[in-house]
Amino acid sequence: MATFGNLSDRLAETFKNLRTKGKLSAADVDGTVREIRRALLDADVALEVVKEFTGKVRERALGDEVSKALNPAQQVVQIVNDELVTILGGQQRRLEFAKKPPTIIMLAGLQGAGKTTLAGKLAKWLAKDGHTPLLVAADLQRPNAVTQLEVVAKQAGVSVYAPEPGNGVGDPVKVARDGVKYALQKVHDVVIVDTAGRLGVDAELMKQAANIRKAIDPDEVLFVIDAMIGQDAVATAKAFQDGVDFTGVVLTKLDGDARGGAALSVASLTGRPIMFASTGEGLDDFEPFHPDRMAGRILDLGDILTLIEQAQGAFDEDEARKVAEKFATDTFTLDDFLGQMQQLRNMGSIKKMMSMLPGAGAMKQQLENFDEREIVRTEAIIQSMTKLERTTPKLLNGSRRLRIAKGSGSTVTEVNQLVQRFEQAAKMMKTVAKGGMPNIPGMGPIPGAGYGGKPKQVAKKKGSKSGNPAKRAAENAALASGVKPAGENAKADVGGSGFGLGSSAQPGKGKAGGPTDEEMAALQKMLGR
Amino acid sequence: MAERTPWSLSGALRGMFTKKTIDADTWDDLEDALLQADFGPTVTDAVITDLRAKVAKYNTTDPTDLQRMLREGIEERLSILDSTLTLSERPAVVLVVGVNGVGKTTTIGKFAKFLHTYGRSVVIGAADTFRAGAVEQLATWAERAGAQIVKPQMTGQDPASVAFQTVEKAKNEGIEIVLIDTAGRLQTKGGLMDELTKIRRVVEKQGPIAEVLLVLDATTGQNGLAQAEAFIEHAGVTGLVLTKLDGSARGGFVLAVQEKTGIPIKLVGQGEGINDLTGFTPHVFAQKLVG
Repeated sequence: MATFGNLSDRLAETFKNLRTKGKLSAADVDGTVREIRRALLDADVALEVVKEFTGKVRERALGDEVSKALNPAQQVVQIVNDELVTILGGQQRRLEFAKKPPTIIMLAGLQGAGKTTLAGKLAKWLAKDGHTPLLVAADLQRPNAVTQLEVVAKQAGVSVYAPEPGNGVGDPVKVARDGVKYALQKVHDVVIVDTAGRLGVDAELMKQAANIRKAIDPDEVLFVIDAMIGQDAVATAKAFQDGVDFTGVVLTKLDGDARGGAALSVASLTGRPIMFASTGEGLDDFEPFHPDRMAGRILDLGDILTLIEQAQGAFDEDEARKVAEKFATDTFTLDDFLGQMQQLRNMGSIKKMMSMLPGAGAMKQQLENFDEREIVRTEAIIQSMTKLERTTPKLLNGSRRLRIAKGSGSTVTEVNQLVQRFEQAAKMMKTVAKGGMPNIPGMGPIPGAGYGGKPKQVAKKKGSKSGNPAKRAAENAALASGVKPAGENAKADVGGSGFGLGSSAQPGKGKAGGPTDEEMAALQKMLGR
Repeated sequence: MAERTPWSLSGALRGMFTKKTIDADTWDDLEDALLQADFGPTVTDAVITDLRAKVAKYNTTDPTDLQRMLREGIEERLSILDSTLTLSERPAVVLVVGVNGVGKTTTIGKFAKFLHTYGRSVVIGAADTFRAGAVEQLATWAERAGAQIVKPQMTGQDPASVAFQTVEKAKNEGIEIVLIDTAGRLQTKGGLMDELTKIRRVVEKQGPIAEVLLVLDATTGQNGLAQAEAFIEHAGVTGLVLTKLDGSARGGFVLAVQEKTGIPIKLVGQGEGINDLTGFTPHVFAQKLVG
């Protein structure tokens, strides 16, 4: 996710200058604050929010906490991060379900914000959690919005209630009300009402939205807003707050290169939390919004928690444990290697994952060049080996290698490289699995192996080093002790994926795996907060 | 229009132009107002530096002069480029592109109607084969505008082939103007942008493309610039269409877009009605912006 990428770049540039300083003068702070102001304005953060934000940062940066800190520049980064989290709405908020079903969710927003698509995404997401959502087509304004919702519902595999053909015909208030009744009859536990897009300045349509709200008394009213919106976010959000009074915000089109300033503005000006983010055209490109993690993304500290969650979703824990055992007992084969790689692919786009890593902003170039097909090629090579060869790579003599190269449409050099990488990896993994540190910095454990089997050992190692996990536990609550070590694993996973992927992944890996000490320190701070 | 907007540049500026003299506050207020109209920090700085120089040159302290100079300055910046549509080819092929949800389909509907009232025959190609319901939406608009439409034969058909068929139909039947709708795509999606290049290439096999219009949403902020740059690179944009100007957004970012890319604004959409599309006049735009 390249979200906030450009904003991160700008801030990173600013902080780079600060990092070299041991002491901060008022002039340094002023200069930085000015840069932050410009960066935020360029990122379309609303002017009043920018003013407030820079004011706070300046005040705190000049205060005691910075001058007394060991590394003042680091402290400023921390302050900016804190303030970003505050502005983005502090803690993440979940959907509130009604005590007595159905839970009614109403969607509102400008034209073209992406309400109808979002209705489908939300429905699919809820259905995955075992709910039975019903989509109600109350957008009778835009030509064929009803048809679109019907198609989206079909794709998401949920039911839709669309009694009116739309195109300006029918009463949306009545449709919404009937939709809720229909849901009660058919025992749907969630109702999602899609309404027509409307401008904040259109009093008549705003009133209609208010009427719909009155008629169905929704548990949540979600304001859908385009991440690309500019300064107008202020006027629009306020108009909608006055008009329908939404309870939460959904940011759409976060997969573009918009710097997403709207996120900051809307959350800060309306006091309503951003609950979801939509990050692509597919119905699955939808995720709960985490303010603290987003702040990390803005500052380019990566989004390791999301990465871990994705990894957890894709990796089979038992499988991972087995692999970890194999590492320890030195029975890891190319077959397992292949399995690992396939699991890694299940996690989705590697590019997307890598962009969540700390420092990813700086290696955007390499990310662009990263070739996902490299995995496929590696797979092909392994699949061209016989069972025996896969378990005992020592068998691979010249003629066998030539056969494999021919079979997989690659060259002997590539086969050689793969075998070499595999041997290195296996050796390294053995060390790691036994609780040691790998010798090669930046080269992490093999994908998947990290999760499940290993955390225990790594946690032990960590524990002996410092009392930090306890401190972290307070903040990270349930995730607590498992998180940090796992985080390192997950990070290493992706960095380490490089060794399975050949040369094109190398440049990216080098950087991903090896953030500077300072960055690591900052990261630990953030996670430990 | 300005009356029903809760916020507008003119509103924000009104207060400061009624003051007696130009002072430090005036400049601060002006900067804030320009930033809030999405001019972006760079253009805002440029405009203000320019104005400061003018104020010093003419040695004026009257805010009304400042207002006039601001309006003229903006008008001047906007009218450097020629905003006339060139539709002299027969058939004149117009490709409409843009990110998701900016109002491409709606713009095509209005544009078709606009051309229809001038007695031109129009055929619309529904090359947005991706978004659910897009073809139906366009068909409804085509019907309202009295235009013909070429639909894909199946869902997910290659948009380039739809575009090709549309131009072919226009050639065979002597239809004067061809409008091609494309699926909305974010400028960061490389694959989708390449698809656009392909549509262009395929259409050009039958003759030159008269105009490639990039639709921009007035509520867009500084990202509009990134959008414009990407679409110019991949689709060879020749003109901009600014939509949703009936809202509270002023679309100040188009100034930056025009200046950075040298592509003129050609059409302006200001409402949901089928007749709410007009040609772009720098004078009117500047007038509305500054008041």
